[in-house]
Amino acid sequence: MALVTMREALNQALREEMLRDKDVFLMGEEVGEYQGAYKVTKGLLEELGPKRVIDTPITELGFAGLGVGAAMAGLRPIVEFMTFNFSILATDQIINSAAKMLYMSGGQYKIPIVFRGPGGSAFQVSSQHSQALESWFAYFPGLKVIMPSTPGDAKGLLKSAIRDDDPVIFIEQERMYGQKGEVSDDPEFTIPLGVADIKREGTDATIVARSLMVPIALKAAEILQKQGLSCEVIDPRTIRPLDIGTIIESVKKTNRVVVAEESHPFCGVAAEISSEINERAFDYLDAPVKRVSGADVPMPYAKNLEDLAIPNVDQIVAAVREVAYL
Amino acid sequence: MAKSNYEMRKRTPDSSRVGAEDTSATGVLDEEASELPAAGQRSEQVKEAIKNRFADLDRETLIDIYHQMVLVRRFEEKAAEIYSAGKIGGFCHLYIGQEAVAIGSISAIRKDDYVLTSYREHAHAIAKGMSPESVMAELYGKATGCSKGKGGSMHMFDKEVNFLGGHAIVGGQIPLATGVAFASKYKGTDQVTLCYFGEAAVNQGAFHESLNMAQLWKLPCIYICENNQYGMGTSLARAMSSHDISQKAYAYDIASEFVDGMDVLAVREATLRAVERARKEYLPTLLEVRTYRFMGHSMSDPGNYRTRAEIERHQERDPLKLFSASLKEEGILSDSEFQKIEADVKEQVEKSVRFAEESPFPDPKELHTDVYATPIVTGKS
Repeated sequence: MALVTMREALNQALREEMLRDKDVFLMGEEVGEYQGAYKVTKGLLEELGPKRVIDTPITELGFAGLGVGAAMAGLRPIVEFMTFNFSILATDQIINSAAKMLYMSGGQYKIPIVFRGPGGSAFQVSSQHSQALESWFAYFPGLKVIMPSTPGDAKGLLKSAIRDDDPVIFIEQERMYGQKGEVSDDPEFTIPLGVADIKREGTDATIVARSLMVPIALKAAEILQKQGLSCEVIDPRTIRPLDIGTIIESVKKTNRVVVAEESHPFCGVAAEISSEINERAFDYLDAPVKRVSGADVPMPYAKNLEDLAIPNVDQIVAAVREVAYL
Repeated sequence: MAKSNYEMRKRTPDSSRVGAEDTSATGVLDEEASELPAAGQRSEQVKEAIKNRFADLDRETLIDIYHQMVLVRRFEEKAAEIYSAGKIGGFCHLYIGQEAVAIGSISAIRKDDYVLTSYREHAHAIAKGMSPESVMAELYGKATGCSKGKGGSMHMFDKEVNFLGGHAIVGGQIPLATGVAFASKYKGTDQVTLCYFGEAAVNQGAFHESLNMAQLWKLPCIYICENNQYGMGTSLARAMSSHDISQKAYAYDIASEFVDGMDVLAVREATLRAVERARKEYLPTLLEVRTYRFMGHSMSDPGNYRTRAEIERHQERDPLKLFSASLKEEGILSDSEFQKIEADVKEQVEKSVRFAEESPFPDPKELHTDVYATPIVTGKS
């Protein structure tokens, strides 16, 4: 184990998997000579060469579709979006081609591809460069959606995503690249998709949080502990397939739930989790499921407004107190 | 083949159609040309071109090409009949009038080469080697269809013959085909990819993004624009600021050629030239193949955007008629042999219908299969 940043953990996963399988290649804007817009792909061009690490033109629909076609012909592409904001241009190929190919070909063409890059809120870049898109992608059967919250999870999950035979959306939180954590250096270390992680055990309330909301939820849990409330923090890690079983188990123990997320509330992942809890564990609830979501507005630029648009520790503390009727 | 006359040229804005007259045995179709040479009105020069072309091909190949053209024509006529009887659901886009394009070009590639096309794909599927039974059963939505009844008319696939679909978002298959060609180069094989699309797809960003990458990275993809002159009911003139599609290759420094799509051997030869470039040099090509769809865009087309006279004018140059006339003139097939091909095809098509009729619908359990390749398991086991 070593203490490394999220950026370095992702870089290790990419390097290890590309060394392991020659059919894996990486393409995207500035992934090679520039060393990655966020330096996640640093050093890979030098180590693996231009055949495996490909700088693309700014042509998201084109190279996303090219990746899907290469996967149809037996390769295992990793397509980096400089940020997931630009994946919007490529959604026809992600949704209409990648997600549906296996089904509409009657099981003949699997699409082992990873679409990855930073997403979620960034630092003061206003509306088009700062948004959470996971609920879009998670909506579609055929896609898998992953959002890690620690360097260790990021490495283990990305390695699994690259080895997986289905199209995977892998969203790295743009604000978290510098966050440090313990990471395994075993090249065979992976984390299975579809398994939630209990980041903190507790008995009085469950906080379901993903990505950037995990460290914020953990801070809230610390504050609440001092106020006499023991919180369990669950990170689903994989949005689709969702490990609802682990969440339900926790709800049956704590009887109170807050779901925290960066994304807009309307039709968001938290709404789905809330609905699942209502369907599966209604009788165990002592209070309605409470959501803490990003503001229902495009992301503003001004620092004070931006802070108001992203859920914070105080909001989560208040939400837990609300479901505990305090 | 007399290669010297048919060298692929790099187009310049002024020369995009240079050479098309040389390679067409029937005269080049153009929207301005009202007097088109029909089968019976060929010039001596055209007759000479046909003779040369036939001299390069063995009888078996010629007969096979003709047989395929008749097969897909009769298959589509039958599909229209069955659609009208309510046994085929959804959309059904017929290929009648365009047969020379798919048959001519696919006759120029190997079995292990790749084909991707749009939703008007029954003919391409059969030409690539899929059985008419599996195609018809797919139209019926039966379990024995090439996509197990999950794709239908617009999404046919067969991994055995490298037929990679059947894609129904206009232009969506163009980046995919570019990726398939990328994979061939990555793996170091000499397989080529044929990518078909209509002229309306040329207005999509996917076309331009793909051509740029294909030439930038030297990918063995042959882009075949089947210019049937209408995107649904909107004519080329109403949809495209510059009508010369082969010229658009100039923007990406891609070699291109304008081809008479009613002449099956002209299509074959243009494709052979492109295939050679792709196999030997990993270079892409854009072929603008001018053709015409005799039927509506789909079975629900009101047909009010063009005149009967216009359709009839193009039917004068029906690719089947033109090719059968040449086969007759050159003494390749006798009347009785023509009749035998018709009879064989009739049996093939009827057999496909019997197969589709008798096949079961998919098991209800199939609703939930083929969504993911890796089984979905959640939670710690």
